[in-house]
Amino acid sequence: MSALEMLQVLCYFVLLVACTPLLGSYMAKVYSGESRWLGPIERWIYVWGGVKPDTEMGWKGYAFALLAFNLLGFVVLLLLQLLQDLLPLNPAQLPAVEPLLAFNTATSFVTNTNWQSYGGETTLSYLTQMVGLTVQNFVSAATGMGVVLALTRGLTRRSAATIGNFWVDLVRSTLYVLLPLSVLLALILTSQGVVQNLNAYAQATTLVGRPQLLPQGPAASQIAIKQLGTNGGGFFSTNSAHPYENPTPLTNFLEMFALLLIPAALTYTYGKLVGSARQGWAIFAAMLLIFVFGFGIMLWSEMSLNPATGAATNLEGKEVRFGVVNSVLWGAATTAASNGSVNAMQASFSPLTGGVAILFMMLGEVIFGGVGAGLYGMLMFVILTVFIAGLLVGRTPEYLGKKIEAREIKMALLTILLPGAAILSFSALAAVTPAALASRTNLGPHGLSEILYAFASGAGNNGSAFAGLNTNTPFYNLLVGLAMWLGRFGVILPALAIAGSMASKKVAPPSSGTFPTDGPLFTLLLMAVVVAVGALTFFPALTLGPLVEHLLMQSGRVF
Amino acid sequence: MVNMNEFTRLLNQVVERFLFVEHAAHPHTRRVDRGAVRDAAWRRTADAIVVALRLLIVLTVITGVLYPLAITAVAQLAFPVQANGSLVTANQSLVGSSLIGQANQAPLYFWPRPSAVDYMAGSAPDALGSSGATNFGPTNATLAALVREREAAFRSANALAAEVAVPPDMLFASGSGLDPHISPEAARLQIARVAQARGLEPAALAALVEQSVEPPQLGFLGKPHVNVLKLNLALDGLQ
Repeated sequence: MSALEMLQVLCYFVLLVACTPLLGSYMAKVYSGESRWLGPIERWIYVWGGVKPDTEMGWKGYAFALLAFNLLGFVVLLLLQLLQDLLPLNPAQLPAVEPLLAFNTATSFVTNTNWQSYGGETTLSYLTQMVGLTVQNFVSAATGMGVVLALTRGLTRRSAATIGNFWVDLVRSTLYVLLPLSVLLALILTSQGVVQNLNAYAQATTLVGRPQLLPQGPAASQIAIKQLGTNGGGFFSTNSAHPYENPTPLTNFLEMFALLLIPAALTYTYGKLVGSARQGWAIFAAMLLIFVFGFGIMLWSEMSLNPATGAATNLEGKEVRFGVVNSVLWGAATTAASNGSVNAMQASFSPLTGGVAILFMMLGEVIFGGVGAGLYGMLMFVILTVFIAGLLVGRTPEYLGKKIEAREIKMALLTILLPGAAILSFSALAAVTPAALASRTNLGPHGLSEILYAFASGAGNNGSAFAGLNTNTPFYNLLVGLAMWLGRFGVILPALAIAGSMASKKVAPPSSGTFPTDGPLFTLLLMAVVVAVGALTFFPALTLGPLVEHLLMQSGRVF
Repeated sequence: MVNMNEFTRLLNQVVERFLFVEHAAHPHTRRVDRGAVRDAAWRRTADAIVVALRLLIVLTVITGVLYPLAITAVAQLAFPVQANGSLVTANQSLVGSSLIGQANQAPLYFWPRPSAVDYMAGSAPDALGSSGATNFGPTNATLAALVREREAAFRSANALAAEVAVPPDMLFASGSGLDPHISPEAARLQIARVAQARGLEPAALAALVEQSVEPPQLGFLGKPHVNVLKLNLALDGLQ
């Protein structure tokens, strides 16, 4: 790694740590009602939407509103795809999307997964991209932010029956956070060469006289929110490796930064809202340390010699303008953050680089994780950690002055077990189904990694892929779709149930026996629980995939 | 045969339980009028669905119509070239985009990296191409064979001495299949071949290549690279 590349990586992390309190405190002001600079527009939206912003909801009402909104969004996106050949803004005259693919794509955008079974420039019209995908990019991220807010209220309110108003959380997250940042990023991106137009595809004749059809479209506006909302579904087939989606090293840096920005800042917002910034920093530190550690392994592995190809520098699936270090940093950030966009092909990374990427997703997408989703997922681990710490010293576990009881532990475990069960059982099913095995590009252990990656990505609502696996088949479109539903709402509903039960509890003042959750000891314990749960659940599967491949590669074996 | 009354009763129970229970549990509603509770619960359910639909429409207009159109308008005014695909014309005809690589193995030109999709070079006009990668893993036998093949081909085409290493960007296909760039080293190694094919002085070409090297952006971002299409157009301009 050159000095310049080290400087880039350092810059990335320094900027991330610096922006966490900046954006974090802004969001805290938005959610606590202090910042109302878009008040007139906000009120206008409430009037047109029929929202009574002062009405509070219990956890079931909140969950119902959330589900109703997301299901309606699913139906609209499904219809847009099935009817796109009849609708306007389709200059490339793309046909209607095939039904199972439409189901998969609608599911993936509503669940903030943004898995790409579709091909972008060859599958979706401009109308579907704008009115369908771009909208879900915003509102699925805002939904995640809503859940984390509801959970925060549940943890801080005393003897309360309600946990906020979903409509208000949805509108404020979209209007005050996602939209302004997207406008800013979209304009910078387009100034660097990301396309933003409604033109027909441009027909060129190359220097040697061959035809080349250049795709166009409103890409910059979608790519900005795709990165900021940890969505990750590309405007083009190869996502941010495509030069029209990520043309320069500067756009690369900004897109890569945007994908961690909000999940990181939300930890600070959380700290502010529960009344102690240190609570947020303790969680942030756990996320950052696991991330840096994993990134280190990925980088070391990617820069090692591959005896199988004899190449010291592996540029398969990578762009020259980014180089190895930027590709690996993106690969780490996108799998940790449940973003799923890529600037290099994950499938062509070295075995351990890809292996850590899979592990990041398997850990439950809590290392920063999705917008909102990462933090509420991590709070489930926080509850588990507090419980384990309580068991160790023989006291009733407490978090933020509230007793953690059987109901909360059950719900928290459900959020951890459901995605894990989906990943392992669906992967096992794929490994014994001939139609599923036929989708592999790579044989040997890498083929198993492809399958594990697909379901880890679906259940973790990540959306990136070992794209050698042809997932546009009935088997994967259905099962990965199912994994996405389970991984999203199988976590959201128990998290909201915990919000509801915690809200109704009294707060006890901290005593000498209270385990502090805002210090380095807690950070370490939290990291240990996250890694231990992930390792115990997935180590056998990872051994058969990336680990075995790494060892075989050392002896020069190819498949 | 499903009994409709039974079904309605069950549905009512579900609605009551899931939507109203938190308020029914409130202390001052200990004596509950079940009919009123049920009606209120149904009303709240219907209200929520109506709000969901209305809000989805409003947010779709804002984020799916106004936002992309506003960005398009500003982009078209402020950055018309970039927003429209950085298209390049030569002799009044569109030859491509400075951001999208082109398939080119002609002796007269500098060659791009290997591509999994042949740089979307269509067989006929209007043929829809896609970006794409091989997605070959590190232990893929086809990849290992391709790397050896490309190494030998690049070495012989450019008459490289045995001790000169072929740069990795010429051995491996890019992620997009459209990488417009090659490394400065890969460009330098092609100078002798292009100079010979064009009957030019290698020194003149070397100067052109060095001018074409784009350094890390802002002094520290990314790797130095050479845009192949721009270099080849400059090459055509020399004569």
